[in-house]
Amino acid sequence: MKFDTPATTNPIDQLKIIGHATSRIDGPLKTTGRATYAYEWHDAGSRPAYGYIVGSAIAKGRIVSIDLSRAKAAPGVISIVTAENAGKLGKGNYNTAKLLGGPEIDHYHQAVAVVVAETFEQARAAAQLVQVNYSAAKGSFDLAAGRDGAAKPPGRGDDQPDTNVGDFPSAFAAAPVQLDATYTTPDQAHAMMEPHASMAAWDGDKLTLWTSNQMIAWTTGDVAKTLGLPKENVRLISPFIGGGFGGKLFLRSDAILAALGARAANRPVKVAMQRPLMFNNTTHRPATIQRIRIGAGRDGKITAIGHESWSGNLPEGRPETAVQQTRLLYAGENRMTALRLAMLDLPEGNAMRAPGEAPGMMALEIAMDEMAERLNLDPIEFRARNDTQVDPEHTNRPFSQRQLVACMKIGAERFGWSARNAEPGKRREGRWLVGLGMAAAFRNNLLMKSGARVRLDRSGTVTVETDMTDIGTGSYTIIAQTAAEMMGLPLEKVVVRLGDSSFPVSAGSGGQFGANNSTSGVYAACVKLRETVAQKLGFNSADVAFSDGQVSSGNRSVPLGQAASDGELLAEDSIEYGDLAKTHQQSTFGAHFVELGVDVATAEIRVRRMLAVCAAGRVLNPKTARSQVIGAMTMGVGAALMEELAVDKRTGFFVNHDLAGYEVPVHADIPHQDTIFLDETDPMSSPMKAKGIGELGLCGVAAALANAIYNATGIRVRDYPITLDKLLQRMPDA
Amino acid sequence: MATVSFNVNGEVRALKLDTRTTLLDALREHLHLTGTKKGCDHGQCGACTVTVGGQRINSCLTLAVMHEGDSVTTIEGLGTPEHMHPMQAAFVKHDGFQCGYCTPGQICSAVAVLDEIKAGIPSHVTGDLNVAPELTNAELRERMSGNICRCGAYSNIAEAITEVAGRPA
Repeated sequence: MKFDTPATTNPIDQLKIIGHATSRIDGPLKTTGRATYAYEWHDAGSRPAYGYIVGSAIAKGRIVSIDLSRAKAAPGVISIVTAENAGKLGKGNYNTAKLLGGPEIDHYHQAVAVVVAETFEQARAAAQLVQVNYSAAKGSFDLAAGRDGAAKPPGRGDDQPDTNVGDFPSAFAAAPVQLDATYTTPDQAHAMMEPHASMAAWDGDKLTLWTSNQMIAWTTGDVAKTLGLPKENVRLISPFIGGGFGGKLFLRSDAILAALGARAANRPVKVAMQRPLMFNNTTHRPATIQRIRIGAGRDGKITAIGHESWSGNLPEGRPETAVQQTRLLYAGENRMTALRLAMLDLPEGNAMRAPGEAPGMMALEIAMDEMAERLNLDPIEFRARNDTQVDPEHTNRPFSQRQLVACMKIGAERFGWSARNAEPGKRREGRWLVGLGMAAAFRNNLLMKSGARVRLDRSGTVTVETDMTDIGTGSYTIIAQTAAEMMGLPLEKVVVRLGDSSFPVSAGSGGQFGANNSTSGVYAACVKLRETVAQKLGFNSADVAFSDGQVSSGNRSVPLGQAASDGELLAEDSIEYGDLAKTHQQSTFGAHFVELGVDVATAEIRVRRMLAVCAAGRVLNPKTARSQVIGAMTMGVGAALMEELAVDKRTGFFVNHDLAGYEVPVHADIPHQDTIFLDETDPMSSPMKAKGIGELGLCGVAAALANAIYNATGIRVRDYPITLDKLLQRMPDA
Repeated sequence: MATVSFNVNGEVRALKLDTRTTLLDALREHLHLTGTKKGCDHGQCGACTVTVGGQRINSCLTLAVMHEGDSVTTIEGLGTPEHMHPMQAAFVKHDGFQCGYCTPGQICSAVAVLDEIKAGIPSHVTGDLNVAPELTNAELRERMSGNICRCGAYSNIAEAITEVAGRPA
């Protein structure tokens, strides 16, 4: 189905099932421990052997030699795979560094061997006996040091390294009120709870991988490319994924090493990447240095806005596009953005939840707070004065929907924003300095082709099959709701099967595009199934109603299942998009509000209240959508207050590479969280009229905390995370 | 190798194990009770939480052979998809999970937390050690802090536990 004209009324608008706060249909499996994750397929084949990964002990250089003799002789060892004996390996389209290092080493903890043994304990013990002799080379590990030598990266689509509108330098120089500030965001880790894990089984030259992956088709292709197999010989199965956040978008070494190990051992092998390897072996969100310049008139109108960002990556890696939102979020006739990329020999930088906008908004929304103060304006009023209903770079191109101002105003009222004292450091409650902060939320809506297959059986049950994944986002549930709404069925009559490469290719889970696109693909398949059913039952398809398990037209009403009485009916289709995203800018908007206390003596920060107001198209399921947003708000607290991969700049690795050292928010850090979804349908986005929300919830949160800390203490910290050491010396007198 | 016998979810299980096998791996790899999750294998995340003799522990930090004669309850022992434990049902109702990987540990911890408060066991945030602790928000959040949820379902988890405890959120 080609979606190239704005959506009109369709069966989804009935909202009998869509739009309701339905509990997750996979909930009973997940809460009772019966959902099967990648490492847990005991019944899938013969007893698997266990693989244990050996990671490189240097960040850059070469392996001179590997001595496997002691490891091979260890009890239970079946085989050991290294680059030397693995055969020729390709590199996946979506991988920057190769997944099995040697002889060249590209980054610390790059896999250099997998030891396969009868038991996990034997594999782990033997892995310690692998002797690798390295010749280390000098590498670059310091973004700040590499900043001046950073190059202009090649553009990709709309992602151009340099953008210029009007005359930024002159307008900025002439502006009566100016801000020129530099902000930094650190390297961050996805730190999803389920480690990267895979089980591989070969049948001749056909490979089955039970794995944990967000993008089944990308990864199936990259498995084939890396191993030199035809794509049709690779099957991926990934129905439950213990979190991803972008870390499982791509093929990673657990899957390739399981496949290579299984080939060498001649039996199924499973590999779970050890937690202490994950932070350096896999991808991370790259650190940024961001310079923001804003010039405004005394009327509070922005006349010039400039945003430059420096990040680093391995050769062939991409920059963190932290300037993205600044091209669209606020008005201003004169504007510029620039991305520069330094070559670093740290582990591969890549997408983490809201790549670009998450770190970009961490900086931009502090800058907006600073600018509002210079203008003596309330931060909400300053943002509202610079709202734009059109793409500021192409003023003939409107936003499809843009309720940023409504989000801020409704949030302000609900949160009690008027109680905020604009002068910082003035609200004291016992030992706490109390502050309020806010930030805008912004994230683009992405349209991706997405397919599905639907089957109807004679019992009137509809089964949906798509390679879409559910990484905790609620895909199972909203896909079931979509099919139920379309086919006029109760939710219990829909079965959803996901995450299998033998199913039609979907959008997958990433970039907050999963919900809108995957349900639209299911919508398209259901439209086809409705036509098939109508035809089968001898109805004129134009005026047939599907409701309460019945197919009706005029006086005639037939049970849906009857259409399949002499055999299952099957329909398959994809949603594909025309140029509505070119003619209309599609983005999602919101506002984040935070109240926190800072201990006058210790500078300990405690978050007291949080509110997010979101306008992001139709909310398909308010319960799961709310969970996406509060989860993102929680990650935003982590980004503001604690998350930082500490770089050892001498030897080139992330030092705090486990869950004790890389701190993420825990229960005690998070208060009750509120969310409000504004009523919105976006007919430009899809037949579902929905957009993404899972990343919007993160964008701006950290800045709202930073601004609240400033409001509480008068201390402006521009380097994340805002840890106590950055406050203590500057705290006001107790 | 050594033999060990313990009771898991009401059933006596005898195993012959490598002595290095953790209780977690005994459950997952030998008894195929994979509801108990391995998130870090280092006692840092809480995904492997089970109760042994009624007390919650990180099953990755204890060897299986140390549990001769013990009574272990895992997430599978609390309820089934058809007959969920009230805590499991409350997690579904309040959407106290997303990806589901930390969830069994959260639920086992939550059940044990309510027992700990009933038993009068104090925590780091208990103000007065001479008074029985109450199930305040601060107590609940403190006691649950060994169970990391990267999806960030904490606010919903707190509501689920509070409902089971019989106190409005």
